[in-house]
Amino acid sequence: MGEKMFIHGYEAVGRGALNAGCLHFFGYPITPQNEITEFFARELPQRRGRFVQAESESSSASFVFGAAAAGVRVMTSTASPGWGLMQEILSHIAFCELPCVVVNVQRGGPGQGTTRHAQTDYLSATRGGGHGGYKSIVLAPSSVQECHDLMQLAFYLADKYRILTVVLADGILIQIAEYIDVKPLDFGPVPPKDWALKGIGKKEGRFDYIQSTRGLIPPIYKNIVEQLHEKYGKIAEYETRVRTYQADDAELLLISYGYVARCCEEAVNMARSEGLKVGMIQPITLWPFPYETLEQKASQGCRFLVVEDSMGQLVEDVRLAVEDKKRVALLGMSSRHLAGELGMIFPETIFEEVRKLI
Amino acid sequence: MNDKAGSVHKEKIYGPSDYKMDFPLPSCPGCGSPSACKIIVEALEELGLIQNSVVVIGVGCAGMGFFGTKMDMAMCAHGPSPSVAAGIKHANYDDVTVFTVQGDGDCAAIGAGYLINSAARGDKITIFMFNNTNYGTTGGQMAPTTLLGQVTTTTPQGRDGMAHGYPLHVPEMLATMKGVAYSARGSIHNFAHYQRTKKYVKSALQKQTAGIGLSFVEILTACPVNWRMEPIKAIRWIEEEVTGEYPLGEFKNADSLD
Repeated sequence: MGEKMFIHGYEAVGRGALNAGCLHFFGYPITPQNEITEFFARELPQRRGRFVQAESESSSASFVFGAAAAGVRVMTSTASPGWGLMQEILSHIAFCELPCVVVNVQRGGPGQGTTRHAQTDYLSATRGGGHGGYKSIVLAPSSVQECHDLMQLAFYLADKYRILTVVLADGILIQIAEYIDVKPLDFGPVPPKDWALKGIGKKEGRFDYIQSTRGLIPPIYKNIVEQLHEKYGKIAEYETRVRTYQADDAELLLISYGYVARCCEEAVNMARSEGLKVGMIQPITLWPFPYETLEQKASQGCRFLVVEDSMGQLVEDVRLAVEDKKRVALLGMSSRHLAGELGMIFPETIFEEVRKLI
Repeated sequence: MNDKAGSVHKEKIYGPSDYKMDFPLPSCPGCGSPSACKIIVEALEELGLIQNSVVVIGVGCAGMGFFGTKMDMAMCAHGPSPSVAAGIKHANYDDVTVFTVQGDGDCAAIGAGYLINSAARGDKITIFMFNNTNYGTTGGQMAPTTLLGQVTTTTPQGRDGMAHGYPLHVPEMLATMKGVAYSARGSIHNFAHYQRTKKYVKSALQKQTAGIGLSFVEILTACPVNWRMEPIKAIRWIEEEVTGEYPLGEFKNADSLD
């Protein structure tokens, strides 16, 4: 049975991970996600878990590599500049097919950018941020409840497919508080980790190499890459998820994720109260992206307004899905209400744009 | 030895480890790394630890001797092996012996930040650094351990301290750190030193199983191909030149960190 709690996004991330059975966290402080790291520093020792504050995001990602190779549920959390630093190791995690979860609480970029919210890591996260051409599953919560629930889904998908799963949040989502249901979610069984590194004495003599140089030895490099991409294809086929809102009869669809999706929902309500046929499609999986859902809507004659707190990244995927590019409009970071780091894209601004388009 | 009724009694006195498969060695002729790996495997067997051990190899020639060994093995990026090893240790709730096998470039250049912080934390792992005074895998470039005056492909006139920096003495440096339980440097250029180095390796592993702190052993290894020397000359060069810069022995041997 669940428990009703009024908690912040950062605590929802933590409680979601604990409900998924994650007892290993390795992190490095960076704003605006320090409360996630602090949550695990507080909670894990009480549960016979392990918390280490590493000396950099490269190191915390390496700890995650090791713990994932040893078969436990493990995660780290960071914000955009730290996400950048992790990419080297995440590419190795991808090649070694190690199941683990990384939370990226997006802040403004590039460079140090700002310490506040933004959505400027979309492309980096969905294209496999590091070198070598790989994919990670990317989940995007838009509420404190989804922070909690998608953390659990992230661990499940990571184990099911032996893949890195990224939870792409933002500075606002992590810092707001909402009433949520806190409870373990059962997604079904996952394959046993009989490959985990623990010494051959505990595995009846079986030995495993989890090594990033496996491309050097048979079965040749090309086969490994093809197998990886076969797996990515399967994930795209079975694990694409969207949330729709007032989308059935909509002529104009708002496409967004994260905190902006909440603003879009409000804008849809404003439009509906004036009788305008406006709806919303919120991708829950940013990769795999719901191309087919959007394709279908486009073939029914819908138009699309992409709303995102960047200069245009999500819009690239929408344009890939919709053949007639003229049907896709963008409302981006330039529509923030303030020029400084506190600027946000408000529902009123979105509604104004909707009025212009419809 | 002839037993009764003419049957021959055979007893294995010395030979390849039971944990070693017939696997082609990826090393150059005269390379010291496989012998140094062999010392570690022998030490693990003699201490009864091998079945409960995980090896983490760095990027480079050093750990290649572990290919074809019947052990759990991880290999990540260039440098972070200490963090990977500590992650494995935590995930097993300390019930495993974890050690890294890294080259001098992996451990002391690109991995120096990981190494120092792992030592400062006193991670309960063992680090073996093979020092062949150059980047062997990539064709013989300067390493942090390259001797002054030594010619490499990136110091064609010889390493000049003012221009290229000075040789790094890792076990001496680690010996000054509180989180380190054991720090030593050995060589394998003759059998006496081979045996002495094996003793260091065993002591380092025992520090880990006793849960005291981080333990570290540097092993000097020959790299005849990149040194442009015949193997026998390379071994002599270690004895005459390399040990001059890098003295052998134990630098720290602590029974507790406090």
